[in-house]
Amino acid sequence: MLGSIRSTFAGDTGTAIFSGLGIAALVWIVYLGIQNPDALFKTLVIGVADGSIFALIALGYTMVYGIIELINFAHGDIFTLGAFLAVPIFGFFGVTGTVAFSPAILAILIFTAIVVMTLNGLINITIERIAYRPLRNAPRLAPLITAIGMSFILEGAMFLWKGPFHVIFPDLLPNTRVSLGIYDVGVKDIFVVVSAIVLVTLLSVFIARTKLGKAMRATAQDRQAAQLMGINIDRTIAATFFIGAALAGAGGIIYGLYFNSVSFDLGFSAGLVAFTAAVFGGIGNIQGAALGGLIIGIIRALNERYLSGSWSDVVIFGILILVLVVRPTGLLGMRVPEK
Amino acid sequence: MSSSRARLRSWTRNPNAVVYALLLGGALLFPAVSSFATGTNTLVGLVADAGVWVLLAIGLNVVVGFAGLLDLGYAAFFAIGAYTYALFASDQLGSSPIHHSFHMPFWLMLFVAMLVAATFGAILGFPTLRLRGDYLAIVTLGFGEIVPRVFHNMDAWTGGVNAIGGIDPPTLPVCLTGPWSFGNDLAIKTGADCNFSTSDPTAYYVLMVLLIAGSVILVSNLQKSRLGRAWMAVREDEVAASAMGVNTVNIKLLAFAIGAAFSGFGGAFYGAKLSLVSPDNFNFIVSITVLVMVVLGGMGNIPGVILGSLAIYFIEFKFLIDLPGNAVAVANAVGLSSLNPSNGDWPGLNDFVQRLNFLVLGLILVVMMLLRPQGILPSRVRAEELRKGVSDQAVSDVAAT
Repeated sequence: MLGSIRSTFAGDTGTAIFSGLGIAALVWIVYLGIQNPDALFKTLVIGVADGSIFALIALGYTMVYGIIELINFAHGDIFTLGAFLAVPIFGFFGVTGTVAFSPAILAILIFTAIVVMTLNGLINITIERIAYRPLRNAPRLAPLITAIGMSFILEGAMFLWKGPFHVIFPDLLPNTRVSLGIYDVGVKDIFVVVSAIVLVTLLSVFIARTKLGKAMRATAQDRQAAQLMGINIDRTIAATFFIGAALAGAGGIIYGLYFNSVSFDLGFSAGLVAFTAAVFGGIGNIQGAALGGLIIGIIRALNERYLSGSWSDVVIFGILILVLVVRPTGLLGMRVPEK
Repeated sequence: MSSSRARLRSWTRNPNAVVYALLLGGALLFPAVSSFATGTNTLVGLVADAGVWVLLAIGLNVVVGFAGLLDLGYAAFFAIGAYTYALFASDQLGSSPIHHSFHMPFWLMLFVAMLVAATFGAILGFPTLRLRGDYLAIVTLGFGEIVPRVFHNMDAWTGGVNAIGGIDPPTLPVCLTGPWSFGNDLAIKTGADCNFSTSDPTAYYVLMVLLIAGSVILVSNLQKSRLGRAWMAVREDEVAASAMGVNTVNIKLLAFAIGAAFSGFGGAFYGAKLSLVSPDNFNFIVSITVLVMVVLGGMGNIPGVILGSLAIYFIEFKFLIDLPGNAVAVANAVGLSSLNPSNGDWPGLNDFVQRLNFLVLGLILVVMMLLRPQGILPSRVRAEELRKGVSDQAVSDVAAT
């Protein structure tokens, strides 16, 4: 009987509802474009830039969920931690406030990014070791609750460190705009999108080509069989947490460079939005998470420009519920939620 | 004779019976003892507030503990219950588009709020019926985020961030004043004299104890009923339960609705006691706190859940709130008063300790799950599962466990 309900909701009807809504949204966007192409273009640029950051966070969610089926609630705060860790490192090189862009600054930026990504990864591995690994065979609720606890601990640590204030992030990137035919785009927007594309591409190649990537895919598919094939499960899972946190850390730096201000509780809502993106794209699916991040970013930007900013979270969570109900496998889904 | 003695012995050996007896005795003696010991009624009011959380935890225990459906957005129903009472028992709707304010009696609205919350529980339950485990948790989380934001954004009706204030207190048709109510003369009064007063929370306390006692009787009977056994069956193995003829759809809907009903009670009481309902009072941390209360106390075991909620309430709303003041006092006493003023990056001891709040809550969660995942007073079934551990089968899924 459950089966019949499932097929009425999630089968072709679900897909039909889903694609119907998608087409309606596209028609609306085209209509907006005809009305005022300039405003639409600006909105889309904001959406794509925002969405790239969400995509970077969503990758961590989707990788961890893919491999150990845990919603890592602490991941959003790992993202914030990336931005928080970068500020003192920039400060060490004397980079604070608004700084003119130069090759030296670029070198510092790359160095900082590498240090932050490594630190973030190591912290996430430690979290996994302490809070998730001992509970790997416990009922699902147990690691979920420690994940929420870890999220509070990270938020609490950052709160303790910087207090309830917004932390000023150095403004390194030029505020100039580059002309693209009729329209122009900010250098910052280009930076955000390009770095996200580079990181996602690197990750895809890593997962598809390297031995460790292969081990990750095998572990995600069937942990026991992978173990029997001689894969070190613990190390593979730790590597997944490392990579997820490194990407989130990069996302944190990119966010900081784009908005020039971060606060300790940023990760909570950003994490939820990114998780929505991961579910939207099909959780467990790398490309899906990237695509989901972009789409959610665009939806948010459109909502803020044309509807109302204060409803944007309601819209996002409404979408999340709708996706889970009518098409739980997401856009490019791999995993079926029934486990 | 010997059989009654045997019965007494079996009661004293049953931790649940002991806890019930202690709780009941404590509830009866507490107002007198605490007023006598401290000279004020502040603690009584605090316990009445804690009672709201006990009700919430009892309700969430039905959803999570009995039926095994993980709900991360339980605060939504709490909000719905509180707003139902607030809207119909204040001047708020007078400034809304309908320009007519309602002042419905508390006793009626208590049950209306319960029904409204239960209805929303069923509405939320419906689309989530096919989802299990994490996905269910996420949908409920989404719902829990949406509801307070809707109350926040619909400011024409709910006042938005300005909150709804001036909510009517509960009132009795007739009441008896006497020396016990601040030295009044012995008299029978009616009308506004019989409003529950904020200066003396004892009336709220009595009402809360009655609400909790009623809820406990209701829920423990439910647990033993056919419905309770069906919940357990669905929790353990949904497919098998369905094959045995359990209507899993109705069972889950009932779990959501009944669970939400208690938060409707809690919400109406909360609005009446505080006289103020703001969308900020129902955010994610509320849902998590209630979940922690249930898990810490011992999922599925009612006295455990009550203990857990009282413990967490006092850690979060008394211990951690008083901690900064106490820390400053200790620092002054041991000659470290130089720590108190803020200095550069150091925010001052008071602020520093205040900022520990999140960290302490997080540490409690993690340490508790690592050391005693079954809770203070676990139900026997769950303790056994956790002790032996379950393999990576469908059973290990929280929704099915």
